[in-house]
Amino acid sequence: MSPAELFSLPFMQRALIAALVTGIAAPMIGTYLVQRRMALMGDGIGHVAVTGVAIGLVTGASPIWTAVVVTVLATFLMELIREKGRTNGDVALALMFYGGLAGGLLITGLDGQGTQTIGRYLFGSLTAISVGDVLTTMVLAAIVVVLCVGLSPQLYAIAQDADFARVAGLRVRAYNLLVAALAAVSVTVAMRTVGLLLVSALLVIPVATAQQVSRSFRATMSAAVLLGTLAAVGGLTLAALAPSGVTVQPGPTIVLLALTLYALTWPVGIWLRRRARLLEPFAAGQAAPEHDACGEHPHAHGPGCGHLAVPHDDHVDYVHDGHRHAVHGAHYDEH
Amino acid sequence: MTTASTLVAGPAVALRDGSVALGGRPILRGVDLVVHDGDFVALMGANGSGKSTLVRALVGLNPLTTGEVRLFGAPLDRHADWRRVGYVPQRASAAAGVPSSVWEVVASGRLTHRRLLRPLSRADRTAVERALDVVGLSDRRRESVGDLSGGQQQRVLIARALAGEPDLFFLDEPTAGVDLPNQQILADTLGHLKDDGATIVLVAHELGPLAPLVDRCVVMRDGRIAYDGAPLADHEVHASWFAEPHTHHHHTGSEPRTGDRSPQISAPVDSPGTERP
Repeated sequence: MSPAELFSLPFMQRALIAALVTGIAAPMIGTYLVQRRMALMGDGIGHVAVTGVAIGLVTGASPIWTAVVVTVLATFLMELIREKGRTNGDVALALMFYGGLAGGLLITGLDGQGTQTIGRYLFGSLTAISVGDVLTTMVLAAIVVVLCVGLSPQLYAIAQDADFARVAGLRVRAYNLLVAALAAVSVTVAMRTVGLLLVSALLVIPVATAQQVSRSFRATMSAAVLLGTLAAVGGLTLAALAPSGVTVQPGPTIVLLALTLYALTWPVGIWLRRRARLLEPFAAGQAAPEHDACGEHPHAHGPGCGHLAVPHDDHVDYVHDGHRHAVHGAHYDEH
Repeated sequence: MTTASTLVAGPAVALRDGSVALGGRPILRGVDLVVHDGDFVALMGANGSGKSTLVRALVGLNPLTTGEVRLFGAPLDRHADWRRVGYVPQRASAAAGVPSSVWEVVASGRLTHRRLLRPLSRADRTAVERALDVVGLSDRRRESVGDLSGGQQQRVLIARALAGEPDLFFLDEPTAGVDLPNQQILADTLGHLKDDGATIVLVAHELGPLAPLVDRCVVMRDGRIAYDGAPLADHEVHASWFAEPHTHHHHTGSEPRTGDRSPQISAPVDSPGTERP
């Protein structure tokens, strides 16, 4: 089947739309989670969502909505544990992981289906997305995007410094619950494409990739959204183009593509950090107290001379071979 | 020293019989403190004396077990006008997970002036620019805060408080781990604020270049106010009779045994023997 034929199939178009909105929404809320050092929260939510989906499958309700309800309740519970326990909440997360997954698998078994159906939610699926699912996904993703962008000053301030935000009069607890709820919604948005077991990857990997090269929060979030969209849509396309006879699930493809993007950016990040460290200005006032001119120096230092130029007090030191040469009249001083 | 009349008049800060317990342990015990408009007060004391706990209680971050805080005469729980308060927390040791630019952190100081779902106004941007200018970091606004030195990060936090244009500042250890040139810049900044009539309450282990600015010194020991009066030099604050009750055999000649021997002392200085519970 040619790619053109493939993309003209309605189920494929639905899957692409779902991947697109997932790729936009998930990294947005993921940026706030990474900022607050709660990168693994998405995983906890994903596991709890298994229970939500199972309840939906068994009762015949829409699995997306039951997953939203169950995960939002679970994240509220987790925020409470985190707040009362004065810990990082990693134990609370662990409880969510185990309880959610075990509960989900147990409940699915109740109506005798086994794990066949729930597998589509665990690993993502190309073909199982209905028109109703796409619409629900789009609405939920739109809610996440609007709130993440609209409330960005508040959410940013709280993620950056909760104490300061509280003294600025923000109701930090309410906003924390909102972030938790948005994370839960993002997970349910992403579960049809990436699958619940890998959903956190789309929340975290694009952000980790973006912050290799970014210096501001806004740039990190924008780049993460771009990378997330690229990974989600690209991964889905790759999975769909796989030759017949091989089963390629979209979830792993999307995650591996996102990881590849990270691996490509990583050396750039290392280089940027090393350069920033080298170019850091020397501490003021540490030049030798007495005049210490260097010997014969045939090379003329200057902007673009090829040597590392580092600010030092009111002048520039040129660094080469372990020396710091500063221009002084017609010669160079050792600094 | 706190009377009903001063509460009605609404001094900048009024704490009456404030006690704070953290994790069940009493940290502050029955502290009374009034700071009048335009005062520059330094809260000093040894590590663990409760000075940071006190300043966090004053801004509502540590709930009081007894007593009441009023800022400008309004109780803290109903105190609606956070615009008048600028808080500079202790510098976090680790940067947050995602890089933030200097401008972004300072701009978050405008939160108290922003309405929900509205972009930054022209006034907001001007205030952010001015705050960056005051602390001398205008040329580094695009850089990531994590790439700055400790002293520069402290200046960023002060600029964030400045951006909200408050008239009451609480600073928690602004000079800790900051090199001398940066401390001097801090002192200059605070000097400008003081000249503009701002009320400043700062926690410090040592005053250093801030010393000339201080109008009043409050020394904490063991969760109580041990001294409240004219500014003290750093070595006096950390003299044995304030900081370490059990080593008072040094400086016996200069040691005031009771409050009435030092006329500037308004809170009783307990003698070392009776201080410990």
